[in-house]
Amino acid sequence: MYGGGYIFSEPSDKDQKDHIDDPVKLQEFEARIDAGEKIEPHDWMPFEYRKQLIRLIEQHAHSEVIGALPEGTWITRAPGFKRKLVLIAKVQDEMGHAQLLYSAAETLGKSREAMINDLLSGKSKYSNVFNYPAKTWADVTVIGFLIDAAAIVNQVANAKGSYGPYCRALERICYEESFHLKQGHDAFIALAVGTKAQKDMLQDALNRWWRPIIHFFGPSDKASVHGEKLMRWKVKMASNDDMRNQFLDMYVPKILELGITIPDPNLKKNESTGRWEFSDPDWNEFKRVINGDGPCNAERLAVRKFAEESNRWVRNALLKQTMKQTIPYA
Amino acid sequence: MESVKDLILRMADDALIIGHRNSEWTGIGPMLEEDISFSSMAQDKIGHAQALYNILHEQFNMEVPDFIAFRRNASDFKSCQFVELPIGDYAFTLVRHYLFDHAESFRYNYLSNSTFLPLKSLATKFKGEIKYHTLHADIWMKSLTLNGNEESKLRIQSAVDELLPYAMGMFELGNYESDLIDNGIFVGELALQNKWHSFITESLNSFNIKVPVIKEGEIKLGGRRGYHLTELENLINEMTEVIRTDYTTEW
Ligand SMILES: [Fe+2]
Ligand SMILES: [Fe+2]
Repeated sequence: MYGGGYIFSEPSDKDQKDHIDDPVKLQEFEARIDAGEKIEPHDWMPFEYRKQLIRLIEQHAHSEVIGALPEGTWITRAPGFKRKLVLIAKVQDEMGHAQLLYSAAETLGKSREAMINDLLSGKSKYSNVFNYPAKTWADVTVIGFLIDAAAIVNQVANAKGSYGPYCRALERICYEESFHLKQGHDAFIALAVGTKAQKDMLQDALNRWWRPIIHFFGPSDKASVHGEKLMRWKVKMASNDDMRNQFLDMYVPKILELGITIPDPNLKKNESTGRWEFSDPDWNEFKRVINGDGPCNAERLAVRKFAEESNRWVRNALLKQTMKQTIPYA
Repeated sequence: MESVKDLILRMADDALIIGHRNSEWTGIGPMLEEDISFSSMAQDKIGHAQALYNILHEQFNMEVPDFIAFRRNASDFKSCQFVELPIGDYAFTLVRHYLFDHAESFRYNYLSNSTFLPLKSLATKFKGEIKYHTLHADIWMKSLTLNGNEESKLRIQSAVDELLPYAMGMFELGNYESDLIDNGIFVGELALQNKWHSFITESLNSFNIKVPVIKEGEIKLGGRRGYHLTELENLINEMTEVIRTDYTTEW
């Protein structure tokens, strides 16, 4: 998965206030972007470009790692060989995505260790959806189908961005995500056409996940101060609203055709504007959750901290070895 | 052919349970790369279990693999207690992985010459996959012993001390040893154990790890006859949590 609802830092941050890029180089840089060229690690880039890209890729990587947790706990409980094997493979892919993305972010000068530390301290963010619990098996199918679908919308857009290493990582990621989506859809359908108990379980899961899904792409970017510059530099490729609209266009019909209802009486497409309209999803809740106060934030970070601390001896033992260079910290 | 059935069930149950244990490392491994390795090995093991159950289904009229794996009581399982133990710390998991996969590697090597053809062809396929498992185990054992520090060496040594009596339980004799041997189906647990034991003795010594002497009475036996750790019951409860709510429907 999973990227979306990125929180770009705003220019009020102290550390960059005084930074002024060389105007000539900036002009050359922007001309390259306009010409559709990819920017590579050793190329000159504006301070702000590097900084926002690190945040973007890092948040994406953390989302893959944390995103493995709610589904991961269902591997041992998956009903039957087929679902079990598919789920292990999927979660393994997500960890692989994290690995690719951490490497892409490292090309911009921040180490994996520093990124992990910022994740554990709460300084860097990850996708808000993973702060909600996966209570039943039906939640796993909703995540596998709709969260992966939402992530694909976001990642396909980002894959056309300007930073070479991130685009290349995303191409491979999108390829794997398309399998997740297919298998998620398959598991979702199995419940939707199953017994009454299965259908109820699925409806209940969708009811609980709908708001986090609407939140997934983040608030309207009208609020963001430098949305425009990031779009110009092809860091941000589509507005949050456009991606959300595209997602609803593609997936609302697929949900409804299975006889599952969407828990928002105001959800409808305005045919004259082509835009979906929906009830106010309470963006304050989004902000609360992303800032640490969701139902599972503490639990998710506690698991990662446990992994970090209980295995520290392993990494210490590797420190003096030549492996040090090839086995980065996780 | 009760003998073949019994042999396959033992191997399949071992693979399913160790695969389940390996999959528990998802999200909590010492580094991303290890999460990925363990989940990859878990997939192989669970896939092996499924393929072996499928032989039982096709050749011996047993139920389909999902039924065999997800609808039996603990006492019907033939797994050894070694694979049932909870994952412990990373040293414990690594040493179990090392001891188990070297045994598997020898076992499937022998079975790739079995006169029972369905097993022969699976064994030939599994052998190739298990090569990566033993390679992975060996690299990590070396890193945490010869190339490790005092703490990691101590942890590995104490895991070996704790696990060896259980590991020897892998070779608990079945009721049909002579039948399997005489018909060229399998070389037998005793021959396998000897082969394995001399290998791991030499290999562990090369890592500066001592191999404790295990007396006959200390070996943890019983699994092959349905005597299991309570942890197996817990594992089965967890594994069937969803599917047992309705065995008659598709999931
Ligand atoms: Fe992913
Ligand atoms: Fe995914």
